[in-house]
Amino acid sequence: MSGSVATVSMEEVERVAELANLELAADEKPLMQRDLNAILGYVAQLNGLDTTGVEPLAQIGDLFAAEAGDAGRGAELRADAVAGSLDRASVMASAPETDGAFFKTPKVIER
Amino acid sequence: MQPSGCRIERETSEIVTTDTLLEKPATIAVLRAGIVSRTTTATALAESYFARIDEHNPLVNAYLSLTREEALDQAGQIDAMAARGDELPALAGIPMGVKDVLAMRGTTATAGSRILEGYRPPYDATAVQRLRAAGAVLLGKLNCDEFAMGSSNENSAYGPVRNPVDTERVPGGSSGGSAAAVAANLAVATLGTDTGGSIRQPASFCGVVGVLPTYGRVSRYGLIAFASSLDRVGPFTANVVDAAAVLSVLAGHDAHDATSSRQPVGDYAAELNKSVTGLRIGIPDEYFAEGLDPEVRAAIEAGIDALRDAGCEIKRISLKHTQYAIPVYYLVATAEASANLARFDGVRFGHRSKSATNLSSMYRLSRDEGFGAEVKRRILLGTYALSAGYYDAYYKKAQQVRRILAEEFMTAFGEVDAIVTPTAPTAAFRLGEKTDDPLAMYLADIYTVTASLAGICGLSVPCGATSTGLPVGMQILGPHFGEGTVFRVAAAVERTLAVADGAEAE
Repeated sequence: MSGSVATVSMEEVERVAELANLELAADEKPLMQRDLNAILGYVAQLNGLDTTGVEPLAQIGDLFAAEAGDAGRGAELRADAVAGSLDRASVMASAPETDGAFFKTPKVIER
Repeated sequence: MQPSGCRIERETSEIVTTDTLLEKPATIAVLRAGIVSRTTTATALAESYFARIDEHNPLVNAYLSLTREEALDQAGQIDAMAARGDELPALAGIPMGVKDVLAMRGTTATAGSRILEGYRPPYDATAVQRLRAAGAVLLGKLNCDEFAMGSSNENSAYGPVRNPVDTERVPGGSSGGSAAAVAANLAVATLGTDTGGSIRQPASFCGVVGVLPTYGRVSRYGLIAFASSLDRVGPFTANVVDAAAVLSVLAGHDAHDATSSRQPVGDYAAELNKSVTGLRIGIPDEYFAEGLDPEVRAAIEAGIDALRDAGCEIKRISLKHTQYAIPVYYLVATAEASANLARFDGVRFGHRSKSATNLSSMYRLSRDEGFGAEVKRRILLGTYALSAGYYDAYYKKAQQVRRILAEEFMTAFGEVDAIVTPTAPTAAFRLGEKTDDPLAMYLADIYTVTASLAGICGLSVPCGATSTGLPVGMQILGPHFGEGTVFRVAAAVERTLAVADGAEAE
């Protein structure tokens, strides 16, 4: 991590919005830019901490493994057994557009 | 208030009910005993709660939907069992509410968002299913910050919840409806979720008990995910004994949640009666530093004195990386949220924009129209932290510091049995006070995010009040799967406060 605090430009706000599939209104963009910079400025204090050689912790289960060996991990895989699934009609009832068997969307490939 | 059910309730408990908004329910044990002995019925109890909801919910805005028919049906079944003399389950006839981020068959699950307006999940979350199986009468779904993102409940698309203690103030968040419903006795107990403090902080603001179970203790199957490495489900109750009773029902392994633990569930009720003499209680200096309201500090210090008088060994400790917890939390939580919320695309459920012309614009416009400002802000921050060029600097760095924070707690629990802190740096703030400053709002979670990151358990228990009568919550933290000890300490705090209240009254 570099020592300097990153500043998010308007172009970056637009690029990140695109990556996140968010359509920001014109008046939302400067507000988001301001807030992102304030928050990133605040989190920059992590720069002050040396984390060389520290293994990243993504899941709490990893801690239990260290605490109690693999037996304490708890994340055993379930049995690979056939079980019922949700009724299709009840799932499709929540879909914005469906033909009863499939979810329908606008055209994916335009000619 | 409707008189019928409540009059019966009064006969079976010492709680004096009034027509006011703030009211303490009878305990689960007392209510259940009334149903078993048939001095009251589950039906009358449910009706009395719906009557209170009809009277007070227009102001408090805790419930977003009610399931009257299903609730009365369940109550009727409990009454039929009682009439036959059948053994009744643990929560038989107990009126409860569920935060609107959990799937509950028969009604909507909005997550406080426009994007899920009208969505009706076709199944029950495991936590909900366990409550039903234990005989609870589920009254409806409770308001919250949109996708559980917020500390004041002001981010709900369905309007803020008002704090029953002072209706010009926030109930805390994100489980504001769940906390307010218990404080106003619109439910005996409720379910909330906690990702960075969303059970404990509102419990503190509303003067009720809120439990953060150890990560893996309660299944999240059927929870609309916010940040999966942090999200937990837990109960709100009016007292510690009820919290232990509800957690006993919720806890346990579930094959539907891969992070669910197979650790045996402790006998929490038995823990409550054990003495706290000799328990080592750690008081971390970093939680009593700058930024802590002096009245909150005084209330918590009085609570610590009470624990010392009860025989606890009070030890000052240091958790010196605490200051990094908020930055770590807001990077980890938003990164995970940006991935989890990708599923809201207008295809399978939820809102689809009417203005879309092709698939890509359908995704964008549906999300733009459906998500509120705070959700967009967090998705953007999370996407940024995960994007090429910034991943190592933000997300990986945050995960490294997360390990340091977690190991710091584990080391501390080698020296102490529990850790006591304030739950929040202030009592409930005013509606609108922090809505323009996201960073100031994030700092409301400063004492709660650490336990979220470490996966440890804890709770908030009422511990006095400010000079203007706003509740103060004491946070009690325990090691992984240390719920029993946490309940034991909480029960001791509650007992000493009850003694103090009694003395004042005389």
